[in-house]
Amino acid sequence: MKITLWGVRGSIPTSGPETKAYGGNTSCVQIEADDTLVLLDAGSGINNLHFDDHLSHRRIDILLTHLHIDHIQGLGFFKPLFNPDAEVHIWGPASNTQSLRNRLGQYFSPPFSPVYFREFSCNLFVHEIANDNFSLGSLKIDSRFILHPGPTLGFRVQEGEKVFTYIPDHEPALGRDGFIQDINWMSGSDLAKDADLLLHDAQFTAEEYKEKVGWGHSSIEDALSYASVLNVKRLLLSHHDPERTDLDLDRLYIHLKETVNVDFPFAMAVEGSRIEL
Amino acid sequence: MPHAIEIILNRQLADCLAIPVFITDTSGNLLFYNEPAEEILGERYEDTGEMPVERWSTIFKTKDDDGNIVPPEDLPLVKTLMNQLPYFKTFWIESLQGKKEKISVSSYPIIGRAGVFLGAVAIFWRQTEE
Repeated sequence: MKITLWGVRGSIPTSGPETKAYGGNTSCVQIEADDTLVLLDAGSGINNLHFDDHLSHRRIDILLTHLHIDHIQGLGFFKPLFNPDAEVHIWGPASNTQSLRNRLGQYFSPPFSPVYFREFSCNLFVHEIANDNFSLGSLKIDSRFILHPGPTLGFRVQEGEKVFTYIPDHEPALGRDGFIQDINWMSGSDLAKDADLLLHDAQFTAEEYKEKVGWGHSSIEDALSYASVLNVKRLLLSHHDPERTDLDLDRLYIHLKETVNVDFPFAMAVEGSRIEL
Repeated sequence: MPHAIEIILNRQLADCLAIPVFITDTSGNLLFYNEPAEEILGERYEDTGEMPVERWSTIFKTKDDDGNIVPPEDLPLVKTLMNQLPYFKTFWIESLQGKKEKISVSSYPIIGRAGVFLGAVAIFWRQTEE
């Protein structure tokens, strides 16, 4: 499978020369496998996809981890939603209070948006998922609820023997003494166990996290520890804090390389980068 | 399979409380008990880990004020596991060493986001010791 990172910034898009290298768009990852096109989240990074230029897929599946704005704000600008010839499937977390359609409809209605959900002219299908397993083409997908405020999913995407795990918003360490280093008691552990590549939330430093407990995000150090316990083969640290400049991220990475001892490669996620598994 | 996040969050909460808390799965197997609960059980979670219902349910006897045995089906946690509803009851527990203590128990079901029954929590409110 071919993976492209179109948005790796957390919370709010950033723009300007100081965030140009790592990118300022919010969460969106593209996966291509055979004829299947799957997008994980629809943050502002989705606007990087240019269907008119090089993408010919008639069917597109968008898997939303959750409905916080930084993960859906690109939807209203996603051209295939307005193309009557396109077939778009939106998959998102089930809730026992309102349907996914209604929750998305709150965002796609005035005063938040001039476009109503019903104005999407594509062939649109909305699927509610929870702790589920399903297939899209050659991709086998597991979804699991994970620790983050509101119904939030993580995804394990497998093609053949290769596994990509996507958990961009996650606070596994929520508790008195941080996360419990026992895989039976770790949120999302069955998604990330032995993954070839894990993209994981790393919004804060350990020092910053002390002031942000309960906000739903990981420290970089916890993300590394989480990946280590779960025998992840490669880790991408993502959901960069919007206040973090390229220089900050470079410095953090150098510091981590000098101080952290893990037996797998890790890197700061970069918008526009492509990985093949 | 890891425990559901609702179970994990209940454990993390219990870990922060000064009152005894027991967390079970839907069959009554003990998944976690916190430090204050260790004193009641006379066991340490670090030593026992999770405990099957057959073992932990025999660690103490339950009696009413007159010394009569309270049958399992009248205990709050058992009723919660059977009916998926909250219950409350005050009774006596007697450890294998003969130590008696009057307690009140509040129990509630853990019903997750998907509406699925995942387990139960029992909170012990300590009254008196003899």
